Amino acid sequence: MPAWSEIVLILVVVIDFVLLASSRLRAVIRGAAMQGALLSLLPLFMAGRAELGHVLLLSLGALLVKGIAIPWLLLWAIREAAIRREVEPLVGFVPSLVLGALGVGLAFALSSAMPLPAPERHGFLVPTSLSTVFTGLLLVVSRRKAVSQVIGFLVLENGVFVFGLLLSDFMPAMVEAGVLLDLFAAVFVMGIVMFDINREFSSLDTEKLSALKD
Amino acid sequence: MIPVVLILVPLALAGLAFLDPSPRRRPRVLLVGGFAHLAGVLLLCADPGARALGGALELDPLAQVVLPTVSVLYAVCAIYAQGYLAARRDRENRLFVGGLLVLLSAMTAVALAQHLGLLWVAMELTTLSTAPLIYFSRNARSLEAAWKYLLVCSLGIALALLGTFFLALAGAAPGGPRSLLLAALVRAGPSLASPWVRAGFVFLLVGYGTKMGLAPLHSWKPDAYGEAPGLLGALLSGGVTSLGFVALARVVEVCRAAGELSFAKDALVVMGLFSMALAAVFVIGQRDFKRMLAYSSVEHMGILALGLGLGGVAASGAMFHTVGNGLTKGVLFLTAGNIHRSYGSKLVTEVRGAARRLPVSGPLFLVGFLALTGSPPFSPFFSEFTILNGALGTGRFLAGGLFLLFLSVIFVGMGSTVLAVVQGDPAGTPEVPAQGEAWVTAIPPLVLLGLVLALGLYLPPGLKALFDAAAARVVGSP
Amino acid sequence: MSLALFLLYLVLSPLLMGVVNRTKSILAGRRGPPLLQLYADLWRLLRKGSVYSRTTSWVFVAGPVVSLAAAVTAGLFLAFGGLPAPLSFSGDFVLFAALLALARFATVLAALDTGSSFEGMGAAREVTFGSLSEPALFLCLLTVARATGSSSLSGMLGPGLAAAWTLAGPALLLAAIALFVVALAENARIPFDDPNTHLELTMIHEVMVLDHSGPDLALILYGASLKLYLFGALFVRIALGFEVTGVAAAGVLLLGLLAFGVLVGLIESVMARLRMARVPQLLVGASVLSAFGLVLLLR
Repeated sequence: MPAWSEIVLILVVVIDFVLLASSRLRAVIRGAAMQGALLSLLPLFMAGRAELGHVLLLSLGALLVKGIAIPWLLLWAIREAAIRREVEPLVGFVPSLVLGALGVGLAFALSSAMPLPAPERHGFLVPTSLSTVFTGLLLVVSRRKAVSQVIGFLVLENGVFVFGLLLSDFMPAMVEAGVLLDLFAAVFVMGIVMFDINREFSSLDTEKLSALKD
Repeated sequence: MIPVVLILVPLALAGLAFLDPSPRRRPRVLLVGGFAHLAGVLLLCADPGARALGGALELDPLAQVVLPTVSVLYAVCAIYAQGYLAARRDRENRLFVGGLLVLLSAMTAVALAQHLGLLWVAMELTTLSTAPLIYFSRNARSLEAAWKYLLVCSLGIALALLGTFFLALAGAAPGGPRSLLLAALVRAGPSLASPWVRAGFVFLLVGYGTKMGLAPLHSWKPDAYGEAPGLLGALLSGGVTSLGFVALARVVEVCRAAGELSFAKDALVVMGLFSMALAAVFVIGQRDFKRMLAYSSVEHMGILALGLGLGGVAASGAMFHTVGNGLTKGVLFLTAGNIHRSYGSKLVTEVRGAARRLPVSGPLFLVGFLALTGSPPFSPFFSEFTILNGALGTGRFLAGGLFLLFLSVIFVGMGSTVLAVVQGDPAGTPEVPAQGEAWVTAIPPLVLLGLVLALGLYLPPGLKALFDAAAARVVGSP
Repeated sequence: MSLALFLLYLVLSPLLMGVVNRTKSILAGRRGPPLLQLYADLWRLLRKGSVYSRTTSWVFVAGPVVSLAAAVTAGLFLAFGGLPAPLSFSGDFVLFAALLALARFATVLAALDTGSSFEGMGAAREVTFGSLSEPALFLCLLTVARATGSSSLSGMLGPGLAAAWTLAGPALLLAAIALFVVALAENARIPFDDPNTHLELTMIHEVMVLDHSGPDLALILYGASLKLYLFGALFVRIALGFEVTGVAAAGVLLLGLLAFGVLVGLIESVMARLRMARVPQLLVGASVLSAFGLVLLLR
């Protein structure tokens, strides 16, 4: 029976696929929320007995920020802008899915070539992290609605968070706390700008943000 | 002690600015902050090698080059801000002043940081504190620019974080340094796991290169610099990009210790030349003179990367260029801001005869352009010449040749735009009479230009030794 | 024993259909048709005469026959309940998939043979979705093959499956989920196609068989039920991979099929049909899931 952490990581990649394929914004936000919540459980599965206090705090913080606060902010944003669906993105849903699958395969292939300090414990972390980062990048680059781009950023940060867990032996809570803080601050500012965008353009479609070009 | 104060005081002043209910008084806080910071920096420089926070902050040679430059630029801009914010009384300036003070704190932290994690946090803070400020003019274009800036830079910073983690993992083997302190990583040197160092360098190059504005990660620059107020443009292009360069240099230092220096240098040379090429292409026929300045910024970041990548004498030239570029960008953006406000437009088709309507800013714009593109006796000439010297001296004829080619093309391209703006008769062009030439907005760029001239005419040997020391720290002595 | 299971396959398929329909009815609040309804329908149709259009040829007559023959032959290779199949050789899962494709091909040809644009439209849709579901099916089977280390269906679904679940559980779970989605697609169930609809906009499978009547229709209906049983048995065996032999295996299979039928009926009752444009997304998603399962095994 594979370890709980492995199962969580596999679920994270499956959620990546769901995010790439889905066009309903509420589903995408909830998916990202679920991914964040799952990731907040990971430190608990991976920690030793020693730093349980720190880890508990970190998990709770991650759950609050990624699983509750940010999704709530995004749901509020789409309610304000009255949008429900992503329009057909620059890279269509089906090609996104295929690209995502290729990215996952590539991530798995590449990570087997990199040396790890503790391969048994951390075997799945690197490929999952790289896959999720790739998914996030793909979402940011190909989606048109500003909310989807923010979700892409969120997913990318999730990937970075997973990678940070590799360092949990000697750089515990600090690293993860840094990631969480960055995420929260960035999304907060993005939320404010999105609010302004909606007010200015009456839409969150970034196709409208194309006046500036050379 | 002083380093920590230098970081915390602007933050405290930012809080003060937020809470201050008077829009007239808030710009004064900026002035106080800028000059207090400058005084503190000068005091700190009397004690090179000063450390704080257990080695997480240190005034090493690289910091000694960049921090005073940024501080001087900021202080002069603070004076300019008095005039600018007075002219823009119609806009809410609480966020603007507060954001600028937070930016000062963040910039100081980046310059002094010796811990890669702290460096990263401070970099992110520079993005978050300036993104809302780009939207100062409250129109659709600046909102679009702010969104692109925020998204692209946040993306870059997130990738930089991944790269930082990679570097940490490189030192994670049992018995390894297991730390993100620069000194620890450098000391551990060859024992760092090579694949992780390389991967980390790539991601950090992408991440901090985005903040610098190296091509092809520069897509936010034309929009952000084009739409932001001239004051913000000066601080971003003179301060934040230089600090992006500092961050990159720190990473290169780690690469050198780990034996990956040639890989890093090659990547820097390629990206540097690519940035210059791209800038050359887009600067020709550029109708918006603020966007033109943005591409010029891309070009000069390319020059810095190229200099660092060539190593030896060229790297020392790159350090010198950081100073010259930072101050000259200040001249150009502040005067461009004045011209933009006076004409109400930034397009070459609508702006003519700036030399006549703005008797200080107009000619300054022209002279600043000449200085930046490498005319003697201004300092960028000497720094670019040093880089070229370094390239040819080490047999990199292709790189040197391309460097010259791109410099010439950009000179011609920018020249046609600048001359069109400055020369001619302003009759018939749009005018905003209330935003004419004023002492408080004209003197600051003059001061900056004077500094650039002074450095060109006479480079104190102590400064030259400082540039050499900083370069040696990063890429080793020639 | 395996021969007995094969005969059960031939005999019980209409009953599985009945279970699905009954589940749907109960969930809709009706009493619904009796479980043995399909048998009665087949008996009735076999005794009727056929009406053939003047535009059709021998292809139209051969279609249902070939399709049925393919389904029956495919059943000879499937290891029902984990017991070795009557026929098996290395790589026979490719033949299995090919036989199912042959059945689809025959049906599509028969539909095109009528010369009606209505059937042609259904044929076009069927083939498009088929081109997406086939890779998914193959990837599922490949994942199971890789997990159990065997390349014949009997080996894949045999005793090795229990060991494979303990070693490669997540991969097999992903493959099983993907297989379920493929099963729904291949059998024209919700959310891919509505077996009850007769609206042009929404028909895929139904429209292809619109012109058949009498014994031909009986063969088609029987063939469809056989296909459902096949996929159900495959899914049940992969999902419930524990080691069983003899009569216990038969019992597990039948109970599993009952559950499968109820599950299909449940999904048909609570979900709506997907928009045509979304079907590729779901099928590609199934492919991607099983591909991911395969990647997990290749590490």
